[in-house]
Amino acid sequence: MHRQPALETSPKVSDEIRKTTCYMCACRCGINVHLKTNAEGRKEIAYIEGNRDHPVNRGVLCAKGSAGIMQVTAPSRLRAPLKRVGPRGSGEFQEITWDEALSTAVEWLAPIRAENPEKLAFFTGRDQSQSFTSYWAQAFGTPNYAAHGGFCSVNMAAAGIYTMGGAFWEFGQPDWDRTKLFMLFGVAEDHDSNPIKIGLGKLKARGAKVIAVNPIRTGYNAIADEWVGITPGTDGLFILSLIHELLRAGKIDLDYLARYTNAPVLVNSDPSSVGYGLFLRDDDGKELVLDRRTGKPAPFDASGVQPDLAGSYRHAGTSHKPVFHLIAERYLAAEYSPDRVAPKIGIGAARIRRIAAELARVAFEEEIEIARAWTDFRGQRHQTMKGRPVSFHAMRGISAHSNGFHTARALHLLQILLGSVEVPGGFRFKPPYPKPSWAHPTPHCRVTPGQPLDGPHLGFPQGPEHLALKDDGSPARIDKAFTWDNPMSAHGLMHMVISNAHAGDPYRIDTLMLYMANMAWNSSMNTARVIEMLTDRDEDGDYVIPRIIYSDAYSSEMVAYADLILPDTTYLERHDCISLLDRPICEADAAADAIRWPVIEPDRDVRGFQSVLCDLGARLGLPGFVTEDGGAKYADYADYITNHIRRPGVGPLAGWRMGDEGLVHTGRGEANAGQIDSYIRNGGFWMRHVPDEAAFFKPWNRAYQDWAVETGLYDAPAPYIFQLYVEPMRKFQLAAEGHGLRQPPDHLRERIKTTLDPLPSWYPPFLDGHADPEEYPIHALTQRPMAMYHSWGSQNAWLRQIHGANPLYVPTAIWDGHGFADGDWARVSSPAGEITVPVVHMAALNPETVWTWNAIGKRKGAWALDPDAPEATRGFLLNHLIDELLPEQGDGMRWSNSDPVTGQAAWFDLRVKIEKVKAPKEAHPVFPPLSSPVPKPPATLRRKVAT
Amino acid sequence: MTDLPARTDRRLGLVIDLDTCVGCHACVVACKGWNTENYGAPLADADAYGGDPVGAFLNRVHSYEIQPDQGPAQLVHFPKSCLHCQDAPCVTVCPTGASYKRTEDGIVLVNEADCIGCGLCAWACPYGARELDPAEGVMKKCTLCVDRIYNENLPEEDRQPACVRTCPAGARHFGDLADPDSDVSRLVESRGGIDLMPEQGTRPVNKYLPPRARDAEIDVLAPLLAPVAEEPRGLLGWIDKALERL
Amino acid sequence: MHPAPSIILFTALSGLGFGLLAFLGFGQPGVEGWLAAVYFALAFAMAAGGLVASTFHLGHPERALKAFTQWRTSWLSREGWLSCAALAVMALYAAPVVFAGIRVAPLGWLGTALSLATVYATSMIYAQLRTVPRWHHWTTPALFLALALAGGALLSGVIWLAILLLLATGVLQFLAWKTGDARLARSGTTLATATGLGRMGRVRAFEPPHTGASYLTREMVFVVARRHALKLRSIALVTGFLAPALILVLPFSHALAALAVASHVAGLLILRWLFFAEAEHVVGLYYGRR
Repeated sequence: MHRQPALETSPKVSDEIRKTTCYMCACRCGINVHLKTNAEGRKEIAYIEGNRDHPVNRGVLCAKGSAGIMQVTAPSRLRAPLKRVGPRGSGEFQEITWDEALSTAVEWLAPIRAENPEKLAFFTGRDQSQSFTSYWAQAFGTPNYAAHGGFCSVNMAAAGIYTMGGAFWEFGQPDWDRTKLFMLFGVAEDHDSNPIKIGLGKLKARGAKVIAVNPIRTGYNAIADEWVGITPGTDGLFILSLIHELLRAGKIDLDYLARYTNAPVLVNSDPSSVGYGLFLRDDDGKELVLDRRTGKPAPFDASGVQPDLAGSYRHAGTSHKPVFHLIAERYLAAEYSPDRVAPKIGIGAARIRRIAAELARVAFEEEIEIARAWTDFRGQRHQTMKGRPVSFHAMRGISAHSNGFHTARALHLLQILLGSVEVPGGFRFKPPYPKPSWAHPTPHCRVTPGQPLDGPHLGFPQGPEHLALKDDGSPARIDKAFTWDNPMSAHGLMHMVISNAHAGDPYRIDTLMLYMANMAWNSSMNTARVIEMLTDRDEDGDYVIPRIIYSDAYSSEMVAYADLILPDTTYLERHDCISLLDRPICEADAAADAIRWPVIEPDRDVRGFQSVLCDLGARLGLPGFVTEDGGAKYADYADYITNHIRRPGVGPLAGWRMGDEGLVHTGRGEANAGQIDSYIRNGGFWMRHVPDEAAFFKPWNRAYQDWAVETGLYDAPAPYIFQLYVEPMRKFQLAAEGHGLRQPPDHLRERIKTTLDPLPSWYPPFLDGHADPEEYPIHALTQRPMAMYHSWGSQNAWLRQIHGANPLYVPTAIWDGHGFADGDWARVSSPAGEITVPVVHMAALNPETVWTWNAIGKRKGAWALDPDAPEATRGFLLNHLIDELLPEQGDGMRWSNSDPVTGQAAWFDLRVKIEKVKAPKEAHPVFPPLSSPVPKPPATLRRKVAT
Repeated sequence: MTDLPARTDRRLGLVIDLDTCVGCHACVVACKGWNTENYGAPLADADAYGGDPVGAFLNRVHSYEIQPDQGPAQLVHFPKSCLHCQDAPCVTVCPTGASYKRTEDGIVLVNEADCIGCGLCAWACPYGARELDPAEGVMKKCTLCVDRIYNENLPEEDRQPACVRTCPAGARHFGDLADPDSDVSRLVESRGGIDLMPEQGTRPVNKYLPPRARDAEIDVLAPLLAPVAEEPRGLLGWIDKALERL
Repeated sequence: MHPAPSIILFTALSGLGFGLLAFLGFGQPGVEGWLAAVYFALAFAMAAGGLVASTFHLGHPERALKAFTQWRTSWLSREGWLSCAALAVMALYAAPVVFAGIRVAPLGWLGTALSLATVYATSMIYAQLRTVPRWHHWTTPALFLALALAGGALLSGVIWLAILLLLATGVLQFLAWKTGDARLARSGTTLATATGLGRMGRVRAFEPPHTGASYLTREMVFVVARRHALKLRSIALVTGFLAPALILVLPFSHALAALAVASHVAGLLILRWLFFAEAEHVVGLYYGRR
């Protein structure tokens, strides 16, 4: 006998759906926020799901996104502006009014601007509003502005931009629908999260092959058909060995190289000449190639030219060779042969050859062709679009090394030799990319009291003339970006700001202003030392870094180390724009941008930081933030988003601008008061599709170039060729060789000669030469867990149950060798420090590598967690083992622990040793608890919107 | 009554692709979110911000390491929720009739108003698919989003379980496994879908697609790398000829 | 399985109570009047008290009456009915014995049968669970019944039968442990079948789904150290069976009898703790723990 109750299978889902953009990570997915009206008649969030129409996530949503509801209700949310009342680091604060907070800030900042704007250092961790925050910093006049790219993935970004005018992540994506072989390098839950999962799902559904190169086989690497458990820091060597094999076998796309890259461009190859290593150019500055039709040099982009790769050319007594000669000479060398490379990278020579062969097979025997005609920049019409269905993606794993820039360059070289960039089945750019380095700004650093900076802070130097140096040759920026230490540091060096400011090197600052950057915890190398620097006092008893202003939405560790806290809203309570001027949400087939808007109102006295900057800008009288009569130009960030004009017809948002005859959807037009409402009606985003004819070969495709101009991405068509050989790097080398007016300090000359190599190269990670590999034989890495990948998610009541503590994962050989058993602990030490942490065995791991999940460990008292929370008792940071400076060696210098080209923090160079120890009560080091500026959290959560 | 229906009209269930699951826990949290706000009592979290947080979840993702005889160790992410068994032991042990299996679609549900929270159904389930809510004291389990899949307030395309709708990699599939022509049945057929713990005799409806073979050490590609040149000069000569041919 | 005190107390007490009732129904001890009242009161207190204790672990004890509805399929429901029937019949049987010294034997036999059936139903709640291989065996009902009878014999003072039953139950318990220890391994359920991944190679649990505890790990994954368990087993065998049997061999005294009972009850509680604590639920395999 069976009986079943009557069941309501069509309950009401919600009263209203509001569509906005997620900010649980940097992926920027579209979300549907379901709201219900509660018993008091107030709208409350009932459920969050992915927006099916959205170009980024197409309806899906990750764990973080679905847990947004716990972020918006987190007890760790700050409630009002705070003034520090205890000593720095105590966490003792008093809640104050916004009026008091803002006038305090003005009191501190106005004199700085009037006297010496460089005394303000303004750095942002969360950086989806860089075009706005940098605009503010520029108006203020300080050269000291950057976002977190320097400790994130600038190697990847800079290598891509300099090589091919775009990189991975928001710059481009594999052609998921057509690619047949996909290789993933050094990717955990890095950018970009859901699109990679969606893409991998597509490959899996089609049965396309995935090869994952990563010392750790988790996540995406776990589902790869083949896992290459490479030794950390050796990816570049592996890639150059693949290149060696492909060159030897002639498995390269000669037609592609000749047409679309600088492989045929003639390089001065006379060591005795002044321009040795520079390109041969015509009077207009155009690079010259040998035209196979005439055997004579011609501008690379001349109509009908057929560039040659093989011949050489003698001009005015100086011999010139095509770049390709240099490539052949460099990479055919025996040092890159699989047999020589194999022992260094932990992969067998046969395996390297097989992977090279597999790349060759798919690229050249499974070529695909789309019946779509297009016209290239030389005017040649092509009847079809041919593609090599091999694609790659890479991220922090290869980027966060001191050789990361060259490794990323090597990967791009491999992609390009295979002819698989911007072709069907290969890697595709997302608008506004492709955009070559020279189409970006160059760095600006000239300070004038009371005046704006002379131009944008960050950019892509094209030679020593663009370095951010003062007239006396000293660094102009507090982070020493764009100096001889790291000339091409396109994203700045946020990780050096506190230590440089503390050391007064290159100069002292007065106020440090940070936005959502947990520098007193997981966002700094050597956390304990940074905490000391933040609290250190001079002989007068004043803090060495006199003032710290911080904006965060949550009671993070950093809050305790600031003097004035400007509480931000959560992401569902604010306006934002994900702008084409910044880091947009475009797809390879569409330009797109998006907004956030307050789908609920804050129930606390908090304000969006960008709105606060508008207010501060007005109070400080910053140009661009005041009207002609001196009043506030923007009421808030939404007002700025709507009304700010960056270039004629171009503002923060491209959609629904005002044309002569009403609204336009092309991207260019005047400000439109109803623009944000139009976005809201459209689900929070705007999208303009790339025409079919323009979908591939974008740097060289006339249809694309015209479309990009029309859409406001460029102001004029600017086709270009890929830079296998990066001439600006050669210019830095020339300076190091003694040429030119701007000269590097002598101690850097040799390093610049080696590392500013215009062709991709490989050298061992720097720490290998500074930490004794015998004493510290083990590589140590971190990864972000997919369910929680930034510290600002770790207090989330749902997510913290998934990742509430992080063990150190230890490979079998080390596990057995040390006699570890379940439940054991280990002391892990590096030249910079030591930690004592729980260990767990993992077999699917490079045998010389240990690792842990990043940013799980928390300081007691932070994030409104109980002091006995596992995050604070068993969770730990690897950061304590990493110093921003390398250990001293024979030369008496402490070299920076970063990439010598870009300054990227070399997190993953870390080497450690490990010893079994008796289990302590808690993971070490133990920090004293912070007092919490927010009330105690509830014990049990049982939340349902009662209607 | 806690008798199992002799047969059900359909057998709705999930097919989970272990070859594709990246272990991101998206399904876990989407499920938590939907089922907190919908069917029955909210899924509570005890000691939510404390030292020993324990919340009710209806779907959890394990991970397993596998050491094959040959080749490197592999890692498999393994989502697990109620398998809506045809011979569901959790139903027959229930003393109150709160647990039942629906005749129309085979979904196993708990009528929370009748649940005394004795926990016996959770003991009877070999898969760990049932969890007692720490605040409400009733048994919670996967409902296959019975309040979504027929919900006329949702657009047609959204009438699927929250976990399936959200899965970024597309590793979760929902459908009628009694219909041999359904997409899910075909998937199970073509990919060799399996039952978990078949020896327990529960006849689960949900199926798992095993990971495809990995790390195959094939080497039939060597001829592709036959050298055209060992030295730069030779390569340039070869290129010259090759470019002639283009 | 988590050894919840409420369930340990319930099964131990109700087993003893129904064991005593079974003997009372059979006319042992042949008491009348106030002495009978004491015996019956003790038996009822233990049987009913056990049932009340069992409601302490319910999420919704106020709905406990609903548990009577599913007697067709649920052993828990059957246990409810049988216990009520046993208590009701025994009450009907006890009243004339206490108040009039009249023993309606068939009613007593029915009461005995229902009491033992109740113990059997209780045991089947556990024995039916395929998910706990140690329990899923005839030794589970056999042990529950044997313990109820031995306890009943002990309490009702049927000395030689008590000695015999105590020793036999001890042997049965020993056998149950011996065979039970290997039963999960022999059940055919392994991490390989649990995940279906066995054909790929050797499977090992890597990361659990949550770093903290869950209802499942708290309720179903309980690990006792082997040495600890062996020690407890020995203590339980001695205090539960050997010691009471030895004491019973000694010349009778009320103090010694009380000691024998106390020793048996102590042993019984340890046995029940072990019954739960040592029972490995197959779900533990998913967590790499058994």
